[in-house]
Amino acid sequence: MTTAVRNQELSMSAALNRALADALEADERVLVFGEDVGPLGGVFRVTDGLTARFGEHRVFDTPLAESGIVGTAIGMAMNGMRPVVEMQFDAFAYPAFEQITSHLAKIHNRTRGRVELPVVIRVPYGGGIGGVEHHCDSSEAYYTHTPGLRVVTPGTLGDAYQLLRDAIDSPDPVIFLEPKRRYWSKGPVALDRSGPAMDRALVRRPGKDVTLIAYGPMVATALETAAAAAEEGWDVEVVDLRSLSPFDDETVTESVRRTGRAVVVHEAAGFSGYGAEVVARVTERCFHHLHAPILRVTGFDIPYPPPKLEEHHLPGVDRILDAIARLQWDDEVVGFGG
Amino acid sequence: MTREHQMALYRSMKLIREFEERCLDMAIAGEIIGGIHPYIGQEAVAVGVCSQLTERDFITSTHRGHGHVLAKGADPRRLLAELLGTLEGFNKGRGGSMHAADMKLGILGANGIVGAGGAIGSGAAWVAKARGNSEVVVSFFGDGAMSQGVLLEAFNLAAIWSLPILFVCENNMYATSLKLESGLAGSAARRAEGFGMVARTVDGMDVEAVADVTGELIQRCREGKGPAFLECSTYRFFGHHSVLELLGVEFRDPDEVVRWRERDPIVALGAKLGDDVVAEIDEAVKGTIDEAVEFAKNAPSPDPKDALMYLYSGTAAVRPGVIL
Repeated sequence: MTTAVRNQELSMSAALNRALADALEADERVLVFGEDVGPLGGVFRVTDGLTARFGEHRVFDTPLAESGIVGTAIGMAMNGMRPVVEMQFDAFAYPAFEQITSHLAKIHNRTRGRVELPVVIRVPYGGGIGGVEHHCDSSEAYYTHTPGLRVVTPGTLGDAYQLLRDAIDSPDPVIFLEPKRRYWSKGPVALDRSGPAMDRALVRRPGKDVTLIAYGPMVATALETAAAAAEEGWDVEVVDLRSLSPFDDETVTESVRRTGRAVVVHEAAGFSGYGAEVVARVTERCFHHLHAPILRVTGFDIPYPPPKLEEHHLPGVDRILDAIARLQWDDEVVGFGG
Repeated sequence: MTREHQMALYRSMKLIREFEERCLDMAIAGEIIGGIHPYIGQEAVAVGVCSQLTERDFITSTHRGHGHVLAKGADPRRLLAELLGTLEGFNKGRGGSMHAADMKLGILGANGIVGAGGAIGSGAAWVAKARGNSEVVVSFFGDGAMSQGVLLEAFNLAAIWSLPILFVCENNMYATSLKLESGLAGSAARRAEGFGMVARTVDGMDVEAVADVTGELIQRCREGKGPAFLECSTYRFFGHHSVLELLGVEFRDPDEVVRWRERDPIVALGAKLGDDVVAEIDEAVKGTIDEAVEFAKNAPSPDPKDALMYLYSGTAAVRPGVIL
């Protein structure tokens, strides 16, 4: 059911909640389960009220057993259901990684398309909440490196609703990364599905000088940077990837060929990070259009730091502006590596 | 047990034995690339358990899974075609020895990860319970899997949700090379009881005993009395994997191997049936396997281009954006 309600003032958590509720309403095969998602309503309130509305047979708590949760979801999907499970925090999903990477990601391919696994794994991810390590990881590269998974992350309130609905309707397993620092950001949101398909990126802000490639929690930061950059004379385009795997080469390539400069931004550590893949494949396709190497602004190559260091670790407007300034605007050689 | 039933059990065990002996030869000859984990010696477990299931019931299997799959009714021609990596296999050759599965027979997959099938089986059982259709799931695993966390998670989930699943532990006393007493604290069945499950132990070399006790436990599952656990003491007559045969590596006490081979479940049941019956079944089974070998060897190989397909549903497409 696509709800007709438009432009309500909601938080991202509430928009996700509405997506789950509408999916449960639309398809009785949809199940929601995980740690504390039942009567409590989830530690981030994303499942608030769903057990009361849909019953314990459709929205229920599990023990603290992430591997068992994902394995169970696989078996349910093989037997006709569409499970949506929550991992509660990014690092809590690591015990389930074996089930995700060895089974969930592979069974459709292995059976040559005969078995579909419409499973959504919701992972509250990323930092910015003072949660220290185990509760603030950006785990996207572990999943994007695994062929067979779709990896999606919303950067806006509207996408929180639409992408989660799309993920639940997808016949493929989807790792749905929820930027937890944005759970409480509020704004008017249209609860509809009028945006592009789940696997397409979106130009959030058009510009002609440089492309900022961002996703999830960094979309808002990139837009903030673009506004600040305008004051310094740079017309910045912001591309929100939305789908990390598969990657929308078309939208990104078109943007970077037009602007000739690009910066990739993510919270995760830079070394072997998702941005490395983005830089490589965009360079492969845009080499003759580039005026400067594509730069990355990322979290440092350290375990996630405690709260007092968080603001330094997470890419912010200043660090991104600094990267933009180093994009060889004056044909000067850029100093790399420090 | 009727004579017809005994004959059916014998035939099924003999089919697995003949299939596996042929596969072992083909693996050692390099015809089955990557080799196999032979099920030879453990036939009474798969056959006894699966004799109590219908086509609508489910199983999850293991790396040593050919026996389970055949006992559940899979066509040996297509299983061998899968092992040879050909398009006539259940997964068009993509799964191979450790991932043989015919979904139409409720086979949710053999599995290269020890212990991983228990949770998948529990998920299928959750749905069976929700539908109230009396279907059950059997999850096979070895004694080595009793050390895997996910299997213990599955026991817990199945117990708290009272799922219609029978966990079958094939205790062949070795986790690859590690002896049972070095790898398992306590006992498998006692652990299961700790989860509140009904747990039984049975001589896994006696197919009739396995069938009888499985029947009782499966009936409990169908009646909604929750999960159950069956520990079958058994033995693999060959090594962990065909490559060990190729290398001539045997880490077990030779006398122990001989003692267990003397308890061959196929010979034991054959003795009850008599030489004439046995000869007749053996001959027919040999013909079936000869035909399977012929079929599989002549099956077409996959087109390398197809390797990139079926990543996502619907399109059968390669990963978008891949540069070929």
